[in-house]
Amino acid sequence: MTENRMGTRQVELEVLRYNPETDQEPKFQRFTVPCVNEWCVLDALNYLKDNLDSTLSYRWSCHMQVCGSCGMMINGEPKLACKAMLRDYAGVIRVEPLSHFPIERDLVSVADDFMAKLKRVKPYLIPGEKRTLADGEYKQTPAQLERYKKYAMCINCMLCYAACPEYGLTPKFIGPAAISLAHRYNQDSRDGGRDERQEEIATSEGVWECTFVGACSDVCPKHVDPASALQQVKVASTVDWYLEHFMSWVKK
Amino acid sequence: MAKSNKPIIWGTFAAGGTLTAFVTPVLMVLTLLAATGHLPEMLGYDKLHAFAAGWFGKLVIFVILFLSLWSQAHRLRCTFYDFGARADTLVAITVYALAGVGSIATLVYLARL
Amino acid sequence: MSRRPYVREVPRTTWFFKHPRYMRYMAREVTCIFIGIYTVILLVGLARLSEGPAQYEGFLEALRQPGSVLFHLLALAFSLYNTFTWFNVAPKALPVQVGDEHWPDSVVSGGHYVVWVGLSLFIRFWAGVL
Ligand code: SF4
Ligand code: FES
Repeated sequence: MTENRMGTRQVELEVLRYNPETDQEPKFQRFTVPCVNEWCVLDALNYLKDNLDSTLSYRWSCHMQVCGSCGMMINGEPKLACKAMLRDYAGVIRVEPLSHFPIERDLVSVADDFMAKLKRVKPYLIPGEKRTLADGEYKQTPAQLERYKKYAMCINCMLCYAACPEYGLTPKFIGPAAISLAHRYNQDSRDGGRDERQEEIATSEGVWECTFVGACSDVCPKHVDPASALQQVKVASTVDWYLEHFMSWVKK
Repeated sequence: MAKSNKPIIWGTFAAGGTLTAFVTPVLMVLTLLAATGHLPEMLGYDKLHAFAAGWFGKLVIFVILFLSLWSQAHRLRCTFYDFGARADTLVAITVYALAGVGSIATLVYLARL
Repeated sequence: MSRRPYVREVPRTTWFFKHPRYMRYMAREVTCIFIGIYTVILLVGLARLSEGPAQYEGFLEALRQPGSVLFHLLALAFSLYNTFTWFNVAPKALPVQVGDEHWPDSVVSGGHYVVWVGLSLFIRFWAGVL
């Protein structure tokens, strides 16, 4: 199979279908798709939609692991369809919408919950020190950049939510990506918004819902390592708590 | 939403988890030796009593038992939830009460030595 | 077009069978049962120690029961699993950045293992086991 790099192959795709207008519940549908070995699963879906069944719905945009819109379950694992290469799969490939999210239609999941949570944690720079244009740019050293760099790589693909069992069990959990993004800005030397974000993430719906399963970091296509961000938020919030309660005279 | 008071317990969980990771296996090896009839010298009554009666020994024993109790109690609470028991408040009160009783008992026994 | 999102409930008591990584996680979590019971055994030992030589002898006698040996073996296995899982993820909670670089995870974890082996040998030595 790998020898014949540009060869073709019949791929059996088992796709979870759901049409909100006609279906009571989702069900699998089998397709045989003629594929080129070097295709990714997204290519196979595109071929399927163009040639076999134009009613299939799914999201994608960039085809290069940047936009974060093509997340889906591939053989039970949250993946970007544009990153999952057919050559890595043998036999029937099972494609489902992301776990833990409601299904809008076919492979399209409802992202409203994640979007609302993202907004709550204020994932943008809240300048610590106000500067006018005339004062020039905010400068940052490579060491200061290193403090948050990997957390800035998030593309909001929600794979980590689909992997996180605590989110599945307790949907009010703010979840891995949103808390990691809050941490990304908290770690930024130019930022002064940590207190505001702590009000959201140092809560029982926030980081304290996390039990460090670590699944988020296993599946993240951008190596954001959300689990590490959440543990660091726990450590910092714990230090905060002891300072606030036992040493209120210590100026933070 | 108010900030959570979880840190007070989580602090002992983090400290206790680290402590149990470092010392529990070797303690188990020692008591396993005792259990198989190869009593380590230090676990004999005289030596152990002498160690536990000193302030340093008391401190070591208290820290180990206190942190082990609280960290495992906290993890047990999360485990209950993960197994589908949703009465989290009840579980929390029960396991933390047990850890509290164990901590007080430790203090009492240490004081009697 | 009407929206009618379909919600798939996560089965509360069986979700962890769905993926090996969830099983590994639950194995880590249940270590607390063994370490917890073991802590209670230590507590009982302390109580007997405070009561006198005869009582402490009784405790050692109880330790020698076959059930106790079996428990020790099981508990030791789970406890070691707890140690490995704890050290392996330690760099996530406590990353070390020196200058412009983070230390590799393997260095932070490896440091934990080195200290652990040293400490364990020291405690064995202290207890009179060579
Ligand atoms: S943290 Fe990773 S998995 Fe989660 S949304 Fe961001 S890029 Fe996707
Ligand atoms: S299509 Fe953009 S990430 Fe896959």
